[in-house]
Amino acid sequence: MASNNLVIIGNGIAGITTALEYRKLNPESKITVISGESQYFYSRTALMYIFMGHMEFENTIPYPPDFWKKQKIDLVFDWVEKVDTNSKILKLKNTDNIFYDKLVLATGSISNKFGWPGQDLDGVQGLYSLQDLELLEKNVLNAKKAIIVGGGLIGIELAEMLHSRGIHVTFLIRENLYWNSVLPDEESKLVVHAIKSEHFDLIRKTNLKEIVDNGNGRVSGIITEFDQKIECDFVGLTPGVSPNVSIAKDSNLPIKKGYLVNKYLETEITDIYACGDCAEIVKDDGTSKIWPLWYTGKMHGEVLAQTLSGNKTEFKMGVFFNSAKFLDLEYQTYGDVFRDRIGEKHHYWQSEDKNHSLRLVEKEGVLIGVNVMGIRYRHRVCEDWIKNKLTIKKVLTLLEDANFDPEFSKKFEPEIINKFRGAL
Amino acid sequence: MSLIQIGNVKAKKNKIPTLAKPFAVITFIGFLFLAVIFFQPLLKLKLINFGNWASLTLSLGLIVFGSLGWIYYNFANTIPGIKHNNIFFNSTMRRGLIGWSFGILITGFYIVLYFYEKFKAWGIPPLLDSLIQTVNPLSLLLSGQNADRWFLYGTFYTMAVLIMGVRMLLKYRHNRYQQIRTLSVMFFQLGFAFLIPAFLKAIKQPEFYFTYFWPLKPDYLFPWGVKNLTGKGSVGMFMICWGIVMTFIATPVLTYFFGKRWYCSWVCGCGGLAETLGDPFRQNSDKSEKAWILERWLIHSVLLAIIFITILLWTNDYFGRSILGGFTYTAKEWYGFYIGAIFSGVIGVGFYPILGSRVWCRFGCPMAAILGILQRSFSKFRITVNGDQCISCGNCSTYCEMGIDVRAYAQRGENIVRSSCVGCGVCAAVCPRGVLALENGPRKIGRFTGSNKNPLAIIKDSLLNREIYSESKKQYSEK
Ligand SMILES: Cc1cc2nc3c(=O)[nH]c(=O)nc-3n(C[C@H](O)[C@H](O)[C@H](O)COP(=O)(O)OP(=O)(O)OC[C@H]3O[C@@H](n4cnc5c(N)ncnc54)[C@H](O)[C@@H]3O)c2cc1C
Ligand code: SF4
Ligand code: SF4
Repeated sequence: MASNNLVIIGNGIAGITTALEYRKLNPESKITVISGESQYFYSRTALMYIFMGHMEFENTIPYPPDFWKKQKIDLVFDWVEKVDTNSKILKLKNTDNIFYDKLVLATGSISNKFGWPGQDLDGVQGLYSLQDLELLEKNVLNAKKAIIVGGGLIGIELAEMLHSRGIHVTFLIRENLYWNSVLPDEESKLVVHAIKSEHFDLIRKTNLKEIVDNGNGRVSGIITEFDQKIECDFVGLTPGVSPNVSIAKDSNLPIKKGYLVNKYLETEITDIYACGDCAEIVKDDGTSKIWPLWYTGKMHGEVLAQTLSGNKTEFKMGVFFNSAKFLDLEYQTYGDVFRDRIGEKHHYWQSEDKNHSLRLVEKEGVLIGVNVMGIRYRHRVCEDWIKNKLTIKKVLTLLEDANFDPEFSKKFEPEIINKFRGAL
Repeated sequence: MSLIQIGNVKAKKNKIPTLAKPFAVITFIGFLFLAVIFFQPLLKLKLINFGNWASLTLSLGLIVFGSLGWIYYNFANTIPGIKHNNIFFNSTMRRGLIGWSFGILITGFYIVLYFYEKFKAWGIPPLLDSLIQTVNPLSLLLSGQNADRWFLYGTFYTMAVLIMGVRMLLKYRHNRYQQIRTLSVMFFQLGFAFLIPAFLKAIKQPEFYFTYFWPLKPDYLFPWGVKNLTGKGSVGMFMICWGIVMTFIATPVLTYFFGKRWYCSWVCGCGGLAETLGDPFRQNSDKSEKAWILERWLIHSVLLAIIFITILLWTNDYFGRSILGGFTYTAKEWYGFYIGAIFSGVIGVGFYPILGSRVWCRFGCPMAAILGILQRSFSKFRITVNGDQCISCGNCSTYCEMGIDVRAYAQRGENIVRSSCVGCGVCAAVCPRGVLALENGPRKIGRFTGSNKNPLAIIKDSLLNREIYSESKKQYSEK
């Protein structure tokens, strides 16, 4: 069984899904998963809940420790330092070298840092890993005032975390509204409303210039591009993430931003593959794309397990979907919802209390995207509408079918349908 | 066992709202009064004159007033949404010193309650008498009769459901399923388990609980229980019929349409207490596979035991108590004490802070066993999983009081049809990605679902636990 030794670097959702799906198809193969972050696969998306005391680490591991033995998947808790692609050997930091026949790179992301002066001071950090969480515990010990730079999905989670410890939060964002690079203005305003309701401060349209040292190597404040100084004792840097390709250089692995792979998730080196956050998929037209999402990591794993098992399968996003929670405001999106694109018509409704909204995006007469905030919608239903190119008129007759709110919830659909019908 | 330690989080505390503080003091004074009343006969003191409205108001009255104020001001300035911050750092809610003390206190109360007669026989001073005296004015008001220890128990129980019910109403003021369900258990506890039985007593009718049926309240179908009622005229007859109809007709029919939740988290008093007083402890339920196996063995054994005992009693009765008389009686007594009192009371409620709020409902209740079998095999109820939106965070599994690993299903996109699920809806409420919803069968959903399917197909679907939207396949894995 020499050619059947699969080694995966990274025990996140992408690596673990690959391992589990591969095991289903190959009951006998040897599978090894290596990670330096944690012994067991845990849900990165639940990091915030550990810190806020909603759960313990144990609650965030989707499979109990003995599960891996039953699945005959070997777990190695160590860092890979180098890949020798010629002799197919991995050099590890603390333990013995590991041989592989096939290698999957599923190393995830790292937090962005843009070379700001002072970004390495004590009390300044991003949030991605368990180690970050441990560091955060130390960093916020006596903190009272925090500044979060870059307002994305991780930024809002970090804000909520700090808030749970009674730390006051100020956001520093480049745009005028929150997460406005992705969300249309109206939804962004709802997020801003939620942020203001928790009494967080929001400094808009402002870039960070530098982080100020208190003289002892710890942060004492920041200076904005307008030379405004704001005092604080913690700075969270959350201006996005980039693929973790730290082992690429020593190992001669092909990268641009992430590990370059084709649509089958193969790198140009035989028997080496990449999936999840760290993979940069080159499309047929030469452009490339990174999918830094939990969901896509899972899909990558499912597809890659097929390819690895001899059934070459392409990764196709299909109808896009995503979800998030901004403090108490839930958000789901299906299909394509972008701001200001020519040739699209947007139908938007929001409730008076600013806690609920719905947007239907129409292009060439048919539905291409759905955004909901403070309302839950059915994934499969929205997906089918978009896939089957339903007209807005048709969608309005079916709208209530998509509602996924708890029973007895107030139904907004009649009001929405009324409003949208009027504008058709 | 902790796999990793996150810093020194234990040091963190929630900030107490200023307005809530005086109410904490009021509640404390109420408890202090109660404690003095409880202890003074033991210490042979006479500090407070109890048995009158004044002492009742100063003890239980202050507790009710103070705790409601405390709860209100703790939620008043929060934004509606899931408020679970710091639960895992909290001594009361996470098996800390306060949690254990609280558990020991309730367990102690149950022991004193159930061993009341025995304690008397053993010459131990009757511990509850001063408390019973304290609630006497209320008993006289409601039923015209003197309070006994069961009235005291009922008063405490109802107080707990109502006060902590208000807490649930405030905590979930963004979720109408939770609100209506909580109002329902509060209503049934106050009306059907407290006021109506007292009223029946007042008008000299048999004490009867319309919200408890065989096998949870086996007496109602035991020979002597039935005979007891036949002698009580038309009201008694009605009660017998009610018991039979509820057990054999209403239970399967309602469970077919709504799942076991119609009873367990809407009507039942045990469920009512678990959903109100027990809510702060729900995360302590054991999620392991071992616990699941133990659960299935225990609950079905209890069910078999009570069926066996009931049949035995009737057989014995039919033969004029000539066969197995002694054994039958012993079996019934044994069941009543070990299952009815020790399991459902002492362990079931006393261990709330340690094992979570539904120990009895999950491991012992024979009614839950029957409802569970019906729910699993013949019901429209399921928890629908919303496509691929699950992020495996674990909130749902953590806060499932029945110890169901909801995430295990959700992350595979599979609906959840588990016999133990009481349909509390908390998993759906806490999910940060809108992945879960409690549903009764496929709704009318145009061409996407089984609205045009015949009833048999629907039953088959729920039997086989199929996804409603199985038509749409995962696109990304198509070749
Ligand atoms: C706080 C937070 C919240 C998020 N919330 C959401 C959300 O709600 N929805 C969503 O879709 N996405 C969310 N994401 C993004 C999502 O978590 C990631 O897309 C996903 O975890 C990526 O999975 P992965 O398997 O590709 O990589 P990872 O989960 O990053 O796993 C890679 C693992 O490999 C290890 N590793 C890397 N290099 C080496 C090496 N050389 N040797 C050994 N081990 C190595 C890493 O330490 C890591 O443990 C969130 C991310 C964060 C940080
Ligand atoms: S699965 Fe959900 S609804 Fe059922 S008992 Fe658990 S938390 Fe309640
Ligand atoms: S709470 Fe929701 S997202 Fe989290 S594991 Fe459960 S179903 Fe999935």
